[in-house]
Formats: sequence, structure tokens, C-alpha cells
Amino acid sequence: MDGLNALLEGMSAALTPMNLVYAFLGVLLGTAIGVLPGIGPAMAIALLLPLTLTLPVQQAIIMFAGLYYGGMYGGSTTSILLNTPGESASVMTAIEGNKMAKAGRGAAALSTAAIGSFVAGTIATLLLALLAPQVVKFAIQLGDPDYLAVMLFAFVAVTTVLGSSKIRGFASLGLGVWIGLIGIDQTSGQQRLTFGIDQLSDGIDVVVVAVALFAMGEALWIAAHLRRAPAQIIPIKGRLMTKEDLSRSWRPWLRGTAIGFPFGAIPAGGAEIPTFLSYVTERKLAKKPEEFGHGAIEGVAGPEATNNASAAGSLVPLLTLGIPTTATAAVMILAFQSYGIAVGPRLFEEQGPLVWTLIASLLIGNAMLLVLNLPMAGLWAKLLLIPRPYLYAGILMFASLGGYAANGSPFDLWLLLIVGGLGFAMRRYGLPIVPLIVGLILAPRAEIFMRRALQISDGNLSGLVNTPFSKVVYALILLLVIVPLVWSKVRGRRNTPEDQHTGTDDVRMPANNEGA
Amino acid sequence: MPVIVGFVPTKEGRAALDAAVVEARSRNSRLIVVNASTGAASADNRYVDDDQLTALRAELDASGLDYEVSHAVHKKDPAEILVDLAEETNAELIVIGVRRRTPVGKLLLGSQAQKVLLDAECPVLAVKAPR
Repeated sequence: MDGLNALLEGMSAALTPMNLVYAFLGVLLGTAIGVLPGIGPAMAIALLLPLTLTLPVQQAIIMFAGLYYGGMYGGSTTSILLNTPGESASVMTAIEGNKMAKAGRGAAALSTAAIGSFVAGTIATLLLALLAPQVVKFAIQLGDPDYLAVMLFAFVAVTTVLGSSKIRGFASLGLGVWIGLIGIDQTSGQQRLTFGIDQLSDGIDVVVVAVALFAMGEALWIAAHLRRAPAQIIPIKGRLMTKEDLSRSWRPWLRGTAIGFPFGAIPAGGAEIPTFLSYVTERKLAKKPEEFGHGAIEGVAGPEATNNASAAGSLVPLLTLGIPTTATAAVMILAFQSYGIAVGPRLFEEQGPLVWTLIASLLIGNAMLLVLNLPMAGLWAKLLLIPRPYLYAGILMFASLGGYAANGSPFDLWLLLIVGGLGFAMRRYGLPIVPLIVGLILAPRAEIFMRRALQISDGNLSGLVNTPFSKVVYALILLLVIVPLVWSKVRGRRNTPEDQHTGTDDVRMPANNEGA
Repeated sequence: MPVIVGFVPTKEGRAALDAAVVEARSRNSRLIVVNASTGAASADNRYVDDDQLTALRAELDASGLDYEVSHAVHKKDPAEILVDLAEETNAELIVIGVRRRTPVGKLLLGSQAQKVLLDAECPVLAVKAPR
């Protein structure tokens, strides 16, 4: 129960007028960013990072947290009214939500999304408050080899689960590790990977990399695909929620919370998988499954609750272990780091008031979002009428401004351009960005853990696996690598005769063999 | 020598289309209905969707006119498209719908209609929606 007591204390700290203003600013910006397709919370936080360095750490973090939750709300508005997901976690919402809006039940779809997000966000944030201190108690006992194992687990999980291709995932991770290790070797003091460039000897500022990847890369990518046939915003019609809607919604809300929270907490990459699972679950459990595909309210309620719960869930490993499970969480770690705060088990000890104020303001922000989104969805949809050239020109300008402001060094602008180009190329060739940012953040820390563990064991490799916990984690990593391989082989063998008959899957066959 | 009409799914666009049908019939001319968007924003409620396009075609089929619908995303803005198309086809008339707007509203928002009125070589018929 110490968690809840600390939460109440955090609540009183969060309720100061200035903190409330920043929470409000965060949710306001977050909703706007969620509404606009192509801009996600990760990009927004990356853009704001350099500009908020003048703020006290508490207020900056509160604002970022509001932005994170707000992004999840805003995405549903776009999904429902435009049939274009505002951000990736709202893909499933678009399927049923847009059909509902077309059938004149847009108001009901928007309200089940908003209320479901609120319910899920609140429950999940309370779960976070209850769970985090327990995880910390456990994490504090972990040693260097254990941490190294957990980080390697994060690497493997992020690269194998995310995206279609493991090779692309590992390539992206490798790029991240490489960029993360540029600079001075912390143990020996020697320069490495600097190519004799003086400015690189301090390492590359991760803030600059985040801004470049998430803001420059994305903006360039969208600019390259600027002209598309626009869709029409469906006007909001119908009553908010009828009794029947409510009775059909509350179970999906709770189920969505139950699916989303644990998925957010494991490093398996974002809200896409759990929202998909929630959608499939609701379709299976629905009393009228024939309504799915034609605007079933369960298909909006479940995924929307799921994506908010997973956002809260991703804060568990973020705050307790310093392990990011989503792009947004990764950028949040950068935010902490830019204030010189190390995220990890000691965070609760050293920055207790900060963490609890953050969690409390998440609850407050969640309530603000409900008030902001329920009556004002139509107004938010108007943001979609902003011509994209203005939007992305603005983003590029802010990115350059921020990249320069971080250190005031013109060299960073070159870095911004190069890494931004890299981000564009990665999008072009289908490389996921999350492994890169996770590798970038965790690699330097993983290296320190590894070398400390090796120093203790006098360079003996067994020092990396001499604890029970690390053994368990390595076993999990092996499972994570082997199971999909075996699975695809077994399935490939079973499919071969059928494929030859149908002929339609022939194209997939070589790809399958390559993977195995 | 066709009659060209700029169509948007609003009551102004409706009025323009009705007037254009009358004009095309009385002149015994081909009717070109233009609905375009720059595609710069994610959403554009003036760009007709598939359902609206089907309804539009059905209506024009029923009118018995020789017609053509131009429905596409262009880099040019809609006013330029109308004017250029009129020049290419040597059109005898452009029909546009205009909104009732205050001078301040016009100052803030600019005007596609104004561009057509000023730039077109051929006569322009500006139609207002019934109040």
C-alpha cells in the first residue's frame, strides 16, 4: 500500500497551478498531435525536448506524460472521422469506428473511444502505481550480469517481434548500437568510431539523433509522399451513448485494459500487437459477430482501451528498469537523461517525489483528456484541414531549431541532416526505427554492465551468467529466437503441398526458406 | 466549345451545377464537371468521395447531356485548373459557385472564385446558393 500513499502525496504536488497548466498543455498538444496523421507522440516529445530544457524537470516530464496519453486519444478521432489512423495504435479503431461514423453513429463511436481510454488509462495508471514499487524492490537486488541480460532481452524482443523482417530489425539495432558507442570508451578513455572528427569525441547527442530520426526523417518521408487524394471528414452525428452501447462497451474496456497493460510492460514493441489482439478477441466474443466490419461498437471500445492501457504499461519498465518498450518511451528516457536523471531502479529512491508527481499527473491528465475530447472531437478534426506543407515545413524548422539549441553547435545541424537522411532511407527500405533508438539508448549502459561484470569475474565469460536471474533471462532470449524459427519451419513444411496446389502463395515460399 | 463547371459538394457547388446544366442544355454544349483538390491536407470536404461521385454521374446521366467529369488531385489549385482547362478546350463559359462572404472573411481566406473571375479568358457565370 506504500504505493498508494506515495501516490496521494504526488497528487498534492501535481495539483499546483503551474503543474496543472503544464499537464493541460501536454494533453492539448498531445491530442493535436494524435489527430494529425504522421505525427506521433515520439516525434512531438523529440521536437520539444531541446526547447523544454529551460523548464524545471518536474513540469517538463509532466507535460511529456500528458503528451503521451493525449496522442492515444487524438488518434481515435482521426480514425473514426477520417478512416485514416492518426497514429499507429489507432489502426484497429479505424475499421469499426469509421463504419459507425458513416452510419450516423459517430458520436457514439467517439464517446466509447474517449470513455474507454479514460477507464483503461485510469485503471492502468493505478496498476502502474501499485506494481512499480514491487518491481523496484526486485530490481534493486539485481546485479550487473542481470541488467546486461535484461537489456539483451530488450534488444532481441524489440527486433524479433517488431516488423516483418528480423534482419531489418537487427540492422536497425546495429545502427543504433553503433551510433550509441561513438565517442570515448568509458573504461579505457580511448576514442573509438570517431574517424578523427573532434566533435565526435564526446559522442553523438542522443537528443539530436531522436530529433533527426523522428522529426526530420518522418517529415522528409511525408514530404516525399505529399499529394494523396484527401478523404472527407464525416460529420459527427447521432446520440452520445445509449444504454445498449454502454452495456456493449464496458466489458471490452476492461478486457482491453487487461490485454494492453501487460503488453505495454514487455519490450515487444508498442501498441499495435495488443490492439490487434483486442480487436480479434472482441470479434470472437461478440454476441453479434456479423456486425463486425459494419460498425460494431465493441471493435472501437476494446482497441481504444487497449492502446491507453499499453501506454501506461510501458511506463513500468521505463520507470523501474530504464528499459524503453516503445518509441515514445525511448524518447521519454532521453527526456530524463537530458536533465541528468538516470532512469532505473534507483529512480524511485532518488527522485521519489518526481516519479509520484508524474504518475499522479497522469491520472489528472487522463481526466482532462476526457473533458477535452468528448465534446470537442469535431473541433479537433478541423486540424486535418491544415495543408501538410505548412505543417511539415514547421516541423523541419522546429527540428533544426531544437537540434541547434541542444548544444548550440553548428556541427549538430550537420548531424541532424545526416541522421535525418538516414531516417528517411530507413523508412524507404522498411527498416523499423524503434530498434535503432532502443539500441542507441541501451547500448552504452549495456556495455558498462558487461564490462563491470567481466571486471568482477576477471574477464571470465562465466561472470555474465553466474546469477540465477540472468540464466532465466538468457533462456528466455533463446526461446524468443528459436521458437519463431521452429514455428516457421514447421508451418512451412505443413504448407508446402497446399502451396503447390493453390499456387497463390508461391511468391511467399522463397521468402519463407530464406527466413529459416 | 464546352461549358465548364467547378463542382464542390456544398450548396454553392450545387447551385453552380444546376445553373451549368441549364446553360449547357440551352447552348447545346458539352458539360465538363471539375472537382479537384491539391491533396495538401489530410482531409478535404470539397473533394467528393466515391458515393458522391456515383450520385453525380447518375444525375448527369439522367440529364441526358454530353458530359465529362474530371475528378483528380492536382498540384495546381482549383481556380488554376478551371482557367487552364477553359483555355485548353476553348470553353465558352465557366460556371462557379460563390459563397456569401464579408470583406473581412475574404481578406482572411482569399478566394478561388476571385481568381477565376480575374484570370479566365472566357465569360464566367458566378452563382450564389439560394438563401
